Amino acid sequence: MTENPPALALEHIDKWFGAVQALSDASLLIRRGTIHAVLGENGAGKTTLMRVAYGMATPDRGVVRVHGRAVHLRSPADAIERGIGMVHQHFTLVPTMTVAENLALGRRGTLRSGEMGTVLGDLVSAVGSSVDLNARVNDLSVIAQQRLELLKVLTRNAETLILDEPTAVLAPAEADDLLRRLRGLADAGQSVVLVTHKLRDALRIADDVTVLRQGTISLASPRAEVNEDQLIEAMLGRRPDGSSASTRRVRTGSVLITARDVSIVDSRGLPRVRNATFEVHAGEIVGVAAVDGSGHGELLRAIAGRLPVTSGTLTLPTSVGFVPGDRHRDGLVLTMSLIENYLLKGAGATRGVIKWRDATAIAREIVRNFGVRVDGVGATAMTLSGGNQQRFIIGRELYGMPAALVAENPTRGLDIQATLEVRNRLVEACSEGVAIVFHSADLDEILAISDRVLVVYNGLVREVVPDADLVGRAMLGAA
Amino acid sequence: MIEALRRSALRASGVLIRWIILVAAVAALVATMTAIVGYDPWVALGSLWHGSLGTQYAVLSATLVRATPLMLTGLAVTLAFTAGLMNIGAEGQLLAGATAAVAVGLATGQSASRLVTVPLELVLGGLAGALWAFIPAWWRQRFGVLEVISTIMMNFVALYLVGYLVRGPLQEPLHIYPQSEGLPAAARLPLLAAGMRLHWGFPIAVLCSLALWWALRFTAAGFRIRVLGMNPDAAVSAAQIDVRRTAMRAFLASGALAGLAGAIEVTGVTYSLYENLSPGYGYTAIAVALVGALNPLLTAVSSILFGALEAGAAAMQRDAGVPSVLASVVEASIILLLLAFRELRVPGSVLRRLRAWRPTASDRASATGDSMSGRS
Repeated sequence: MTENPPALALEHIDKWFGAVQALSDASLLIRRGTIHAVLGENGAGKTTLMRVAYGMATPDRGVVRVHGRAVHLRSPADAIERGIGMVHQHFTLVPTMTVAENLALGRRGTLRSGEMGTVLGDLVSAVGSSVDLNARVNDLSVIAQQRLELLKVLTRNAETLILDEPTAVLAPAEADDLLRRLRGLADAGQSVVLVTHKLRDALRIADDVTVLRQGTISLASPRAEVNEDQLIEAMLGRRPDGSSASTRRVRTGSVLITARDVSIVDSRGLPRVRNATFEVHAGEIVGVAAVDGSGHGELLRAIAGRLPVTSGTLTLPTSVGFVPGDRHRDGLVLTMSLIENYLLKGAGATRGVIKWRDATAIAREIVRNFGVRVDGVGATAMTLSGGNQQRFIIGRELYGMPAALVAENPTRGLDIQATLEVRNRLVEACSEGVAIVFHSADLDEILAISDRVLVVYNGLVREVVPDADLVGRAMLGAA
Repeated sequence: MIEALRRSALRASGVLIRWIILVAAVAALVATMTAIVGYDPWVALGSLWHGSLGTQYAVLSATLVRATPLMLTGLAVTLAFTAGLMNIGAEGQLLAGATAAVAVGLATGQSASRLVTVPLELVLGGLAGALWAFIPAWWRQRFGVLEVISTIMMNFVALYLVGYLVRGPLQEPLHIYPQSEGLPAAARLPLLAAGMRLHWGFPIAVLCSLALWWALRFTAAGFRIRVLGMNPDAAVSAAQIDVRRTAMRAFLASGALAGLAGAIEVTGVTYSLYENLSPGYGYTAIAVALVGALNPLLTAVSSILFGALEAGAAAMQRDAGVPSVLASVVEASIILLLLAFRELRVPGSVLRRLRAWRPTASDRASATGDSMSGRS
């Protein structure tokens, strides 16, 4: 390896965002002609590390080397010039333009379609079936769009390809196909960085594996020298053995939510939830553990009565509160006052004249009971801090005690104090008989307050004993 | 409620301050442009003032008469924009309403009394406007056609349809002029008082403005429309609002207001149907609504300002010889100024849509809803 320096090396990278350290002494070595899997939970720092490699973020400390030479990447254009290409999880195509136009984007000089054709001829075999240069991106399937993204990078002579969660949007067969193509590219001498939280993909295809946890490298090794258990441990960290079973409540309440063979198909026709069958009782907290894109988002929305199921039966109580994951987009109208934001609840079904006086009194009550720090209930939701917005939403959804509450990442972005408070609210509501179904990206949080755990992987829902190891394996799709 | 009123009063006073600046800017603009074109700006401004607000006659027979259709179409735009719908089709909806009113008036005006005929004309005018709005609304929900494009196109369809009707089925009996027969007396809106041109359409428009303000502030249906316009995602997730139904109702009501404007214009002012019935009321309405900060009460006031500008411009042409197209230049400048500075309170969604015409989250949500309900 001394005479043949790595295609790309990130050495001892530190990166701070304000007071938060996203990366701490993180190093990554990509050997030429290999596939390198970068693993980690949500928020472990994978994306930040890749942004550094692609010139989208400058490290506060550390060196980036391309073929052994230290470089300063000031922009993606710098990175592209040095042979580094990136396929983002969210496509960066112009939907109304043709394939040829998208390939030409960002290049200089005149566009000669003949020339483009020859360049492509050589590359097309590398990414799969033929491309119609004149097709509009709008009309392409997701897999075809992804191939185009890959082509776009390849036409710029990229030697090192970074793919961010490339299989997240693909059906299993499509994902297999993509992974095969990547192997082909690596065999042809290119280096591939596969950023993923899908353990299985990494194990199947990677030559080397690097695992990030909380901004540091917790494991870096050739694939052949690690097994699944070691990877899981590196991703999730060691946990103190199971949060003692004694804190878990024994379920006594009646069945409130029943799902029988529930399936949900999204607008593209892809199954998101497949034949889910489970029950939720009054007075218990059911944690839903899953990695991004597993179908848990759709499942939670269905339980909250916000998304119709495609098939099967889902029996819900009449009143279900919902704390959505994205409070700015889905939970609040930021330009409206807290009174109006309280009125949102059930606004789809109310009739007649709005009782402003009552609404104001209730909004005040929520603000008081849930400790929302705000300058009067007439203030717009925009003026509240994230924690106070979340307190208000939870207060609103719990007002009048619903039979069930569905919460999606209810502590996302909150400080420790607010996080503990939100958790306590959920536990409190539960002890008053509310059935609670909640998802958190943080497995520890799920294990800390759940009585039971449902794991969603690839649309399949099953109950798993609330144990860090077992749940962690199940949500990563390991046996 | 006190709190809400206090805050809306505060907001309104902010708008009023901007209006003073706006009026001053308009005066400066008119003066500059007349001077550039080679007229005496003081003479021009003088006749602008006399022809609009300077005399009682100007106010009652010119300004408020002009303001009436602007007020109703302005309210139509206010309602649509509040719901996040880019209805640029008030012009076509106005023509549809005018056509329906004239057709009904000619059919029943000879035999039935005014108490029957006039309400019938106004109601059917409103319905015709709603029908004209239904077509692009349906396209949007069924096929995802952006209403900002389709409503504009429907304006031209309406214009040419009127052109055909006044040369064909609705042409006056002598078949000389491209216009309909004059409405009989029983089919005309009465004047408010003898000796002025102002008719009962003006108080009706003011009532509509009060009613729309009340509906948007104090009814559950109005609240849904506001939520939909401000955050369509939260409308679905937090409020469980049926987005399609709410959007459709708002679109239809918006069309009805514009249709009513057309019915009132033919029964109160022109008394017959012809192609150039509207000097672009439905387009000016967008400026009226934006200057009115999408508040129905302020929109009413802003329509009077625009009515004054147009009436004054006509007087300026008559008395000082300055071309009245100047008013159009001023109106366009106002719109550009507003968009450039975004000084007035307009929901972000509307401005985003003005800048980027693309499907919004509500489209995606409703599209998902479609496919879901289609399968289950």
